[in-house]
Amino acid sequence: MSTGVFSPGRAKLSQKTLRKDKWWLQPLVTVAVLLSFIVYTTFRVFENAYYYAAPLISPFYSPCLSKSCVEGSSLLGAPIGIVRILGMTLPPAIWILVFPLGFRMTCYYYRKAYYRSFWMSPPACAVAEPHAKYSGETKPPLIVSNGHRWFFFAGLIFNLILTADAILSFRNEKLQWGHVSVGTFVLVANATALWLYSFSCHTCRHTIGGRLKHFSKHPVRYKAWTAVSRLNTKHQNFAWISLIIVALTDFYVLLVASHTIHNYYLF
Amino acid sequence: MARKINLKIWRGTSKDGGLQDVTVDANEGEVVLDVIHRVQATQMNDLAVRWNCKAGKCGSCSMEINGKPRLACMTQMANFAEDETITITPLRAFPVIKDLVTDVSYNYEKALKVPAFQPPADMKPGEPRMQQVDVERSQEFRKCIECFLCQNVCHVIRDHEENKEAYSGPRFLMRMAELDMHPLDTVKNRKEMAQDEHGLGFCNITKCCTEVCPEHIHITDNALIPLKERVVDVKFDPLVRLSSKLRK
Repeated sequence: MSTGVFSPGRAKLSQKTLRKDKWWLQPLVTVAVLLSFIVYTTFRVFENAYYYAAPLISPFYSPCLSKSCVEGSSLLGAPIGIVRILGMTLPPAIWILVFPLGFRMTCYYYRKAYYRSFWMSPPACAVAEPHAKYSGETKPPLIVSNGHRWFFFAGLIFNLILTADAILSFRNEKLQWGHVSVGTFVLVANATALWLYSFSCHTCRHTIGGRLKHFSKHPVRYKAWTAVSRLNTKHQNFAWISLIIVALTDFYVLLVASHTIHNYYLF
Repeated sequence: MARKINLKIWRGTSKDGGLQDVTVDANEGEVVLDVIHRVQATQMNDLAVRWNCKAGKCGSCSMEINGKPRLACMTQMANFAEDETITITPLRAFPVIKDLVTDVSYNYEKALKVPAFQPPADMKPGEPRMQQVDVERSQEFRKCIECFLCQNVCHVIRDHEENKEAYSGPRFLMRMAELDMHPLDTVKNRKEMAQDEHGLGFCNITKCCTEVCPEHIHITDNALIPLKERVVDVKFDPLVRLSSKLRK
């Protein structure tokens, strides 16, 4: 039996949508950018090389916790041994990427992006989706999105580590302090973008003050909530900016570590 | 100066219907509703259209214009190219009564299921004094004119008739959020009700409700997502539940 916009009783029309604008463009661009990121990240994770060029470390590999990490790249030590599956050594990035990946997968903005563009549920507003049934986030696996806050808190720990990496990049190749290179700017930009993405997060907004009923009884939290709310309006922008910058940061470290370019020092 | 406009207007009932071509004059500064009224006055005298204020405040003239849910009284004819054929249909999430008029009683049935604001039992008339910061937050939601464009565009019911039973739609989830955020509301289990009885879990925050809202209410960011986070507090976050139990 027909359902959705073709349900009995509704205006009889054969088209799924009567929109005349390029509604398909936005989901198409989203798919293109996100797929490019996924392909690039997967390649870099399994490449398992060119992720450290003192004092720069790729954000995909930080913190490098495995004993297989290259010398000098393990800021927090190497508690994880070398694990091999089918003769292949698991790359160190595998152990940590689940957290930033989980943060983005459950992010309220990215949910909109991938539900629309990958799952086409719906592909655009007032454009009928192709699925016969829909239960949304009421059942597994999508109900897992309710765990966004756990990934948010884990993401904060990663932000701290990547900020430490940015601070450590104020050193030269011999690890002497008081030097600034192009890589320093890249790592600082990466940490800044990630903090903006985290602070503008809806869960952050809720934690800071959103769950309150009486703002007037909590003036400090209200002020913080107001500031986060202002950032929250740009969450979509920060989501894209931080995603692109993190990939570019890794790419810069790749170029330096593979001796394709030299990390130019200003002083 | 008047110009000729080509329209395709959906005409019919819940049983049958289709798009009918019509050419009509449109004057400078007019909106789609003006043109529909001219069609009604000159060519289709029995054309059914629901309207009232012509000022974007009553929410009556909701329809779909070139496939987009809009208020006909707030859609300027100047937005369309001179040679463009404008397609006008009724809301596609609700059953048709006649022509451009739909049966939106689903929304009133859902409205009845939202428990009313319940102030503290010992509060006397004239007693409550609320701070501006407490009022502001839910005041945004009070701008709603009940045009039901958000309900119409929400794919949960637009594309799945069977979900109408379990899901109340963005307008009434926003109402639940508004009351849950109200400092003086004493209904204890609004969050649980939002999830279990109004189907908040169906919402996958694709923001179409926000996109079509003629009052520019940030339905998703300021109502639905905060409500989802509040539901997480009571249903999916053992730490928050534990800390609120310890505080009691």
